[in-house]
Amino acid sequence: MTRPSHHPGDMLLIDYAGGGLCEGASLAVATHMAYCPACRHAVSEMEAVGGALLDELEPEPLSPGCLEALMARLDREGPRTERPAPSCRAAPFPPPRYPEPLRSYLRGRLAADGTLGAGGWRFIQPGMRGINLISEAAGTTRLVRMRGGVAVPRHTHGGIELTVVLEGGFSDEFGSFGPGDLAVGDCSLNHAPVSDPEGCLCLNATIGGLRLTGPVGRLLNRFIRF
Amino acid sequence: MQDQNSPAADSDLSLEDLLVAVGRERDRQAFGVLFGHFAPRLKTYLRRLGCESGGAEELVQEVMLLVWRRAETYDPAQASAGTWVFTIARNKRIDALRREQRPEIDPDDPALVPEPQQPADRRIEVKESSGRLRAALKDLPPEQAALLRMAYFEDKPHSLISIENGIPLGTVKSRLRLAVERLRKALRDVE
Ligand SMILES: [Zn+2]
Repeated sequence: MTRPSHHPGDMLLIDYAGGGLCEGASLAVATHMAYCPACRHAVSEMEAVGGALLDELEPEPLSPGCLEALMARLDREGPRTERPAPSCRAAPFPPPRYPEPLRSYLRGRLAADGTLGAGGWRFIQPGMRGINLISEAAGTTRLVRMRGGVAVPRHTHGGIELTVVLEGGFSDEFGSFGPGDLAVGDCSLNHAPVSDPEGCLCLNATIGGLRLTGPVGRLLNRFIRF
Repeated sequence: MQDQNSPAADSDLSLEDLLVAVGRERDRQAFGVLFGHFAPRLKTYLRRLGCESGGAEELVQEVMLLVWRRAETYDPAQASAGTWVFTIARNKRIDALRREQRPEIDPDDPALVPEPQQPADRRIEVKESSGRLRAALKDLPPEQAALLRMAYFEDKPHSLISIENGIPLGTVKSRLRLAVERLRKALRDVE
């Protein structure tokens, strides 16, 4: 399998490693990582930075008895520990079509052969259907399926939009995107992707927090147009 | 608790050795030493993320309980003890404070696109590179170090850090990029 050529970039990887990304955007970044050993490595480096930053934090003493209370809990726990699933578990056949962590979000939607069922798709525009996976304040994260040759109308999104290709592909002014590639769109871009002739299945998420309300927020919103 | 055979009785042991001892032997003395090191730092971490003191201590206990339960999955060839504890604390606080899941890859997933080749044992490398990383952190220009801490200790993406601190997004990005570049060089030991 070829490795992706479009990546989230260091800023999004640091947001992911630090834990500042909302769930939907984290799902998009982590799904890309399942296809991309290079970004997995980059995130492990940024987690090492997190570990070093934690180590140099000024320690704040805990109330007396904290350790004793925890040790008492360990007594009650007994010897049983949280064992990882044995790594020798039988590899499923056929191998799963979609990687973790995405697969967990598709539970109940996959047919016996691992493909996405026909149910639950909702009309978005001609040639384009979607299934909502996560709804949060930040926006909606959904699967989007496009027929071949569909042009997505220019959309102004309030924030930053992440799209990971799962099957097929699309092209825009940045080039062509295939399985595993992650596209970052923001409002400064005349983002006008067109799906490949074979069509396209992708995961689409919005980075949250950019739509601010209240008088200050509204004022700021005018400047967030990057 | 006063077991002289306990690895923790030897004070020269690294945090990594102690964590391995907890995983292999359920060594409580080793766990006590790890608690003494990490728990007060975890409390600071959680307080910075907005926990009030009592809540932070409860959450510290939850994190350390996960450290105890999962210690046998810790691999010193992959990460330092501090890095491993950081990822557990980060995921726990997302779960507890934001009530959100933390989507992560599964390293055993047959659908994962594999590395070109399996890396060799990196145990010594991990130890040395975390030393270089700590030194490089101390050498960072203050404005880069400040933004880096916000990226890890505030629950926001870089775009919001920019807005809330009145620093232009371009400046946030370039400072963070410079910081990441320097730290990455230190980790990889390249000049
Ligand atoms: Zn990548």
